[in-house]
Amino acid sequence: MIVSKKDIPNLLDKMIAEYEVIAPVKKDNFTVFKPVASGTDAVVGEGNTKLPAKELFFPQSEKLFSYSVTEEGTKLEAPMDDKKKVLFGVRPCDARSLKLLDNVFDNDKFQDPYYLTRRENTVMVGIGCNSPASTCFCTSVNSGPFDTSGLDLLLVDTGDAYVVELITEKGKALADQAGLTAASDADKTAAAAAKEAAVVTCQVNTDGLKAKLDVNFYDPIWERIHEKCLGCGACTYLCPTCHCFDIVDDAVDCTGCRVRNWDSCAFPLFTLHGSGHNPRTSNKERYRNRIMHKFKYFVDNFNEIGCVGCGRCIKNCPVNMDIRVVLENIRGSEARLDS
Amino acid sequence: MMKNPYLPLPMKLVKNFTETEDKLIHTFTLQFLSEEDEKSFPYMPGQFAELCVFGKGEAPFGIASSPTEPGFLKFSVAKVGTVSTALHMMEEGSIVGVRGPLGNYYPVDQFKGKNVVIIGGGFAFTTLRSLATYMMHPDRRGDFGKITVIYGARNPGLLLYKDELAAWEASPDIDLITTVDREAEGWNGRVGFIPAVTGEVAPSAENAHAIICGPPVMIKFTMPVLEKLGFTPETTIMSLENRMKCGIGMCGRCNVGGKYVCKDGPIFTRAQLNELPNEY
Repeated sequence: MIVSKKDIPNLLDKMIAEYEVIAPVKKDNFTVFKPVASGTDAVVGEGNTKLPAKELFFPQSEKLFSYSVTEEGTKLEAPMDDKKKVLFGVRPCDARSLKLLDNVFDNDKFQDPYYLTRRENTVMVGIGCNSPASTCFCTSVNSGPFDTSGLDLLLVDTGDAYVVELITEKGKALADQAGLTAASDADKTAAAAAKEAAVVTCQVNTDGLKAKLDVNFYDPIWERIHEKCLGCGACTYLCPTCHCFDIVDDAVDCTGCRVRNWDSCAFPLFTLHGSGHNPRTSNKERYRNRIMHKFKYFVDNFNEIGCVGCGRCIKNCPVNMDIRVVLENIRGSEARLDS
Repeated sequence: MMKNPYLPLPMKLVKNFTETEDKLIHTFTLQFLSEEDEKSFPYMPGQFAELCVFGKGEAPFGIASSPTEPGFLKFSVAKVGTVSTALHMMEEGSIVGVRGPLGNYYPVDQFKGKNVVIIGGGFAFTTLRSLATYMMHPDRRGDFGKITVIYGARNPGLLLYKDELAAWEASPDIDLITTVDREAEGWNGRVGFIPAVTGEVAPSAENAHAIICGPPVMIKFTMPVLEKLGFTPETTIMSLENRMKCGIGMCGRCNVGGKYVCKDGPIFTRAQLNELPNEY
């Protein structure tokens, strides 16, 4: 199917009648995902949003339930966001990150109803990346600029139009509902050519990385590798696959709510025991945990690398830590860090 | 509709008992508000729950009661942080939230037909009490061989569950050895640290499992003693603690390597722990 670029606002308006449509919108000099009131508000096809799409399913701060304990009894009320939504213009890396997070929030024993309800009710319309950024390394972590994992529809930019690929039944239903027309053979050829032409220039060699991480927990390399890191946690907040959170009460006396907020393994208090003991005492242990979690533990548990190569942590680190260099150094072990 | 694992079950605090002489550990007895509530909380010895003080927050504690004691749950809690302090000050009759049961449990099915050696130090005796009480229930006692409990505290005033210990002392169903770190007035029992006492008592490792729970230093020095007695990494069982929040393997803080203490533990064999890094 196909939709011309000038018809995108119309298409979104049609969807807005039926769904809450979330799309990238301009904010200062970057873009963020926001529900749009009109199709013209969306800026489709810009670079990646500043913040990843995870916050639409797992908000930075979220009320789990409100409560009141009174003479009459205990009242608990859990809000559940089950609005029908379309996430329009998400990049394949962010869509893939949700596929990865599904493993966490729907694990072997428990289901997180807040996250999963939003996932179930959201149609994911992605847009492929014709010109990946210099910090993108998706092809090194089993993804790519036109990866369809986690997507229901994929738009491929062919110049004046987007060729729409139907990935799932959910996506097909949305495309039918929107009345998209069929793509011609020439359009399909143009889409294939666009895909062919998109090159992710940055490659991180991850061969043997996992094998190394399997055995190097106590390796001296960890002493050096974290040194530049300030432990500010910016990478974890901007990471589409980081999912750590804290649970706190926001209440006056016995009436209030329980809230969960994003947290970060970069912070010392994250693991501090009541006794004062801390299993991850210094930045070395905390930085090691972040790398191990994504490139070993996630692989052990879910058979997937817990990184999608979006490059946000590289772009936004205040001291220019580059995870690509870190991984290369771990893999090559003896290599110097100040390359 | 999927079950919401974040919602606590309101329970009534029927007893707020000062357990130790230093007054820092209280045992809370919580009563289920209905039979339906109780049915929704099927648990086993070794599991834990998040206790919540509405308005303050929630924190994880091992369940000290045994499923063979219907109608209520028991928790022994040290006064350490916001939630535990609030709990200590709670009046009987108040409502406390309980979220659980969480985590795995002691492999009691594997203990069938075996001798069981329970070693506890300090106030890490809570889920061990649950285990011992469970195995000593008249309906189950026959399933297990000899039950030996070695339990120590710094001084007699810090031993938990003193009335029950006295009853166990007199019971033919269980072999109880209590010890304190140094001589104390009015104490006629053993004196010595757990590792040394374990060596003296020398429970046989034949057809036996050892379950050990206590402060890290006690574990460290008792391990070689157990090894010498012939307990293998597979027959040595431990219960871990790490800081937790969600209790359901999602919030990310209690991991030891790729395992979450809350979801994959807290009970691990020594063999399992040997495969993991020492981040606990």
